[in-house]
Amino acid sequence: MLVLALVLLAALWELYKLVIPADGVRIGDTLILPRSDDTSMPHLSQIFGAFGKQEVAGAGGTVLSSVISSVWYSLRLAAAGFAVGVVIGFLLALAMQRLRIVERALLPYVVLSQTVPLIALAPLVYGWSGNLTLFGLDWKPWMSVSAISAYLAFFPVAVGALRGLSSPPPVQTELLRCYAASWWQTLVRLRLPASVPYLIPALKLAAAAAVVGAIVAEISIGLSGGIGRLIISYAQQATGDPSRVYAPIIGAAVMGLVAVGGVSLLDVALRRYHTHQEGTW
Amino acid sequence: MVTAAAVALEGVGKRFGEGPAAVQAVTGIDLTVAAGEFASLIGPSGCGKSTLLRIVANLIEPSEGSVLVNGKPASRARLDQDYGIAFQSAGLLEWRTVQGNVELPLGLHGVGKAQRREQALELLDLMGLADFASHRPSQLSGGMQQRVAIARALARRPALLLMDEPFGALDEMTRERMQSELIRICAETGAAVVFVTHSIPEAVFLSQRVVVMSPRPGRITEIIDVPLGARDEDVREAETFFATITDVREALRGRSPVAEEGPA
Repeated sequence: MLVLALVLLAALWELYKLVIPADGVRIGDTLILPRSDDTSMPHLSQIFGAFGKQEVAGAGGTVLSSVISSVWYSLRLAAAGFAVGVVIGFLLALAMQRLRIVERALLPYVVLSQTVPLIALAPLVYGWSGNLTLFGLDWKPWMSVSAISAYLAFFPVAVGALRGLSSPPPVQTELLRCYAASWWQTLVRLRLPASVPYLIPALKLAAAAAVVGAIVAEISIGLSGGIGRLIISYAQQATGDPSRVYAPIIGAAVMGLVAVGGVSLLDVALRRYHTHQEGTW
Repeated sequence: MVTAAAVALEGVGKRFGEGPAAVQAVTGIDLTVAAGEFASLIGPSGCGKSTLLRIVANLIEPSEGSVLVNGKPASRARLDQDYGIAFQSAGLLEWRTVQGNVELPLGLHGVGKAQRREQALELLDLMGLADFASHRPSQLSGGMQQRVAIARALARRPALLLMDEPFGALDEMTRERMQSELIRICAETGAAVVFVTHSIPEAVFLSQRVVVMSPRPGRITEIIDVPLGARDEDVREAETFFATITDVREALRGRSPVAEEGPA
């Protein structure tokens, strides 16, 4: 399906270039359909050809190798943020499930946290570097990026896990109580397995959010080495080589797919916990 | 040593809520169920029969009165796993096999793997489910799921079974078959049963005594002895069976007007 969708997208792109005049469609002075000239919309062959080009002035490797190394760098920052976000989100969900009063006190702030614009937050977190020492470790700029990733990733996990942990019907929780099961036994034997159908989609959302968080944070903070920075620097070269702009964007898209794909592997491993009434997502 | 009664309730009452909004769910309940006895609680919705069962199971605390299960306070009996319980919905864990579901109460109390397996298979055999041990609950019919739930309730070999309308969601044919099976299993295990139902024939067919309750507030209005011998399918067509059904029905209606006639 993914392949088919990609082929369709590619065909649409080329069809647009074929049908729409180079300087777009205008009614009076108003541009109705965007320009399709080679600067605005390079041919797919040019876009993918750009991957083979040399980095600036013939020095260094190809564009492809810089995109790959940038994606790898950003992916690791996003993964660190994802891991921290999942742990925090899950612990919050556990606390909220255990004590209703914690849920009432915390949940509004959990929701509120996501309405703070990320762009506003990034420089603030960046300000910690050099001023903050955690467990004998100095706060490094990359940690700011991961922190913002975590900040975006924890939310779907907290909400999804809370729903999942609270999902067993009363008949099952009462049954465990009749068996004199401890809180921990109830968690491990009932609540955790029952939460899997809610956790998997939450983890997929969190993975995608972690990637977006990492890219936006890199741009906002100005951290070099990652794909966020590469998107900006290639965009600045757009007048010289318009086809190159798309290379890191494609890289970022692939990065998101890899992240979500990783969670899908977990999904497959936990297949038996998908109860029949829950659809897959 | 005299065997303690399976259940002994004295002056049990339960209020939900506080102040003027409080609802008296049950009041003044005195009831003793002997070891090995089968007793049904019957009454219209809201008569507190489920509440009473949950008090015995220590799922809710009574507001007043004393509750002894196997001669112990209800909370002790719960911690000691003195009773098995089955609800109207089977509540099986979807991610476990049938065998895994029956093993659940055993695993929670540290029974070893080999022994768990042996006991679970024995129980599934008893319930006629031996061929379905490795099936998932979703592959079973409602009646079969309920049988798994009963096997699970029996897993700890309890001296007391608490059942809250366990056959309520089953069709009439399955229901009657399950009733006969329950009779057989009780005979084999010697467990006492407290059985909540709103079906009169079901109560009469299964029980040695039928406890009739009435609502607002929930209380026991009458306890009717069922004068039936061994329960087989012939019993369902016996005179005494129908006579007892009529008796219970009248008790539920609040007895014939004749009894209430008297000096005005």
